[in-house]
Amino acid sequence: MAGSHHISRRDFIKITTAAVGTVIGAAIGLPSIAYLIDPALKAGKTDAWMPLGKLENFEVGKPTLATFTRSKVNGWEKSVNSYGVFVLRTSDTETLVLSNKCTHLGCHVNWNADKQEYICPCHDAQFGINGEVLGGPPPRPLDRYSGDQVKVEDGTLLIHFLEG
Amino acid sequence: MWNKLFAWLDERLALNDLYKATLDRPEPKGNWWNTLGSASLFLFLLQGATGIFLSVYYTPSPDHAYDSIQYIMNGVAFGWLIRGIHHWGASVMVLVVFVHMLRVFVTASYKYPRELTWLIGVGLLLCTLGMGFTGYLLPWNQKAYWATTVATSIAGSVPWIGSFIQKALRGGTDLSALTLSRFFAAHIWMLPAVLTGLIGVHLFLIIKHGESEFPGKDD
Ligand code: HEM
Ligand code: FES
Repeated sequence: MAGSHHISRRDFIKITTAAVGTVIGAAIGLPSIAYLIDPALKAGKTDAWMPLGKLENFEVGKPTLATFTRSKVNGWEKSVNSYGVFVLRTSDTETLVLSNKCTHLGCHVNWNADKQEYICPCHDAQFGINGEVLGGPPPRPLDRYSGDQVKVEDGTLLIHFLEG
Repeated sequence: MWNKLFAWLDERLALNDLYKATLDRPEPKGNWWNTLGSASLFLFLLQGATGIFLSVYYTPSPDHAYDSIQYIMNGVAFGWLIRGIHHWGASVMVLVVFVHMLRVFVTASYKYPRELTWLIGVGLLLCTLGMGFTGYLLPWNQKAYWATTVATSIAGSVPWIGSFIQKALRGGTDLSALTLSRFFAAHIWMLPAVLTGLIGVHLFLIIKHGESEFPGKDD
């Protein structure tokens, strides 16, 4: 019985129990932490380049609505949202893309060709052809895609879309 | 300082007495078969812990139950591990509880003064089986659906009150969203609550009566 003088049977049991308990606890506990915080770690970027159609199909000088949908996956839940933007070719080479979401409370604005204004049906806001506020409650101009947020590839117009 | 703090706590919480009664009580000569009760207890706690974690992502509705489990398996870090432990732990627990009962039977430990320990044990076995029964439906896949259809139909074959039992289990005439949510409630609230209470009394009685001596050749 070598060693029996150094450690009592009771202490041996205590130490093994603690050691085995720690191993089992860690083997389940540590993965559990990763399991619980996983969605927070994965909630990443949602931006993408969205194609709006052939550039040549958009008339120069006339705002035209382009719509697209994006699907979003939250765990096991998938939701599909549609979005709209107004494409305005200011010249053969320059394009301005405006979000159709009113900056007041998010209704969809419409282009009124007679008045040459965007009109919001909800609280009667008016925006100019470049998105600036002409009247009504909105706090800021329509969101715009311009410069490096817009590109043309193989004749197709794309915007760098940040939301969902 | 530490000793003083411990003495203060011990005076009010009886920590030493608790330790003596639970972990330092006299035991008959050791035997591996006598560890099965503790193994059942460990598995119960393990199922409790992994079950709580599963409930973080699981959704008990017919539209989402299956998808939420697919998500746990493929989408969440270590989801396969948590579910795997809970899944296999369930089968192992039924097995271990059953063998624990067999050993109590074989060593005739159910005799005076432990009759009630045995009776409560019967309740524990039934609840454990109930956990398996209700948990099996929760993934809401084909196997789960039809197994529960068949099992509740069997319950329906009881004379006189059979169709009532079947409707009560299903929450209606057919398997539906109501079946899933009541199985879920039973699985995570009712049965665990009953199990916890019964285990408490079971353990109290074991501490009170001490472990029975393993029968010798002459018994
Ligand atoms: C959730 C299920 C159960 C748990 C957690 C549990 C727990 C325990 C524990 C920790 C012990 C002491 C150690 C041992 O003897 O193995 C024990 C003993 C005992 N159990 Fe269980 N048990 C369960 C199910 C059952 C069942 C199904 C029966 C019988 C129908 C039963 C009858 C007994 C009896 C009579 C004793 C006393 C044995 C003796 O003194 O030698 N238990 N149980
Ligand atoms: S939402 Fe457009 S004006 Fe209020």
